[in-house]
Amino acid sequence: MIHLSLPAALSALLAGIGVYGVLARRNAVLVLVGVELILNAANLLLVTAGSRPGAPLSAGPVLTLFVITIAAAEITVALAIILVMFRRTGHIDLTAVPDLTDDEPDDAGDVDAEAPRADDRDGHPRDAVREPAAAGEGVG
Amino acid sequence: MTTRDIVFTAVGAVTALSALLSVTTKQVVHAALWLLVCLGSLAGAYLVLGQELVGLVQLLVYVGAIVVLVLFALMLTRAPIGPHAEIDTPWWQRLAGALLGAATTALLASLLLPLFSGATADLDTPTTTTPQVAQAVFGTWVWPFELLSVLLLVALIGAFAVSRLVLHRDGADGADGARHPGTVSSGARSDGRG
Repeated sequence: MIHLSLPAALSALLAGIGVYGVLARRNAVLVLVGVELILNAANLLLVTAGSRPGAPLSAGPVLTLFVITIAAAEITVALAIILVMFRRTGHIDLTAVPDLTDDEPDDAGDVDAEAPRADDRDGHPRDAVREPAAAGEGVG
Repeated sequence: MTTRDIVFTAVGAVTALSALLSVTTKQVVHAALWLLVCLGSLAGAYLVLGQELVGLVQLLVYVGAIVVLVLFALMLTRAPIGPHAEIDTPWWQRLAGALLGAATTALLASLLLPLFSGATADLDTPTTTTPQVAQAVFGTWVWPFELLSVLLLVALIGAFAVSRLVLHRDGADGADGARHPGTVSSGARSDGRG
């Protein structure tokens, strides 16, 4: 026998910690860590509610499995977007002033650092921008 | 206070503490590793609550896949090693975040604790066993379940398409028609390399 107010309290605590994590981080990947904590609070609440006697249709555990699947899909797409942002701007700082200019290259270093190697290989400077895509597809 | 209450309190303390560390640590990689501890001990909490299947899926998907994805993303975005103050917002914003987080916890607790006060689950004769969950997934919930597999496929293709996206910073050669053949050859090249 277990008192269900304990997991309910843990769920509330995890949700609060997740909200703090989303608001207190600048690194985009660490914001996602906060989002994962909120999702897990929801999962724990579903399991808790599902283990009350008389819960119909096994809804608690089944919906928890569904939420876990949706979280996997969500984080895949989110990390792909973060990698595109890193290739475009050179950082994943969410509080940085966005660079809205269209064409001129800015000062973020790591993409430019690969330019000479790509130039030597086949002489197209724009391969320097495309090169990290090969790394990105391993995550996507 | 039964034995399961004591075990759940211990596991829940580990979960809450590691969650707190994962959102407050100054080292980027440590945040992902504390998240791993938090999700793993949450799988233990599911085991204590009598949902073995959910606990094992949590271990497989969250600890095995999602945390590894987060670690890969940190590596691919060149996360700094060691303490780094630049990953946090300024102190006043963190204070507002802490207030909002505490308010969220207080709101949810004030709603949930009366709802679950006195409610107990007798887990020695469980109401929802793993065969029942399986029958529910492939019976009542079969259409949402199939829809989820489509969602996973869409997310996979979407992530691939997004990671193929080329945002030019040197927009001199930015015409779409000139871009696509190069993108395809880049994909073929990376396939051959891998």
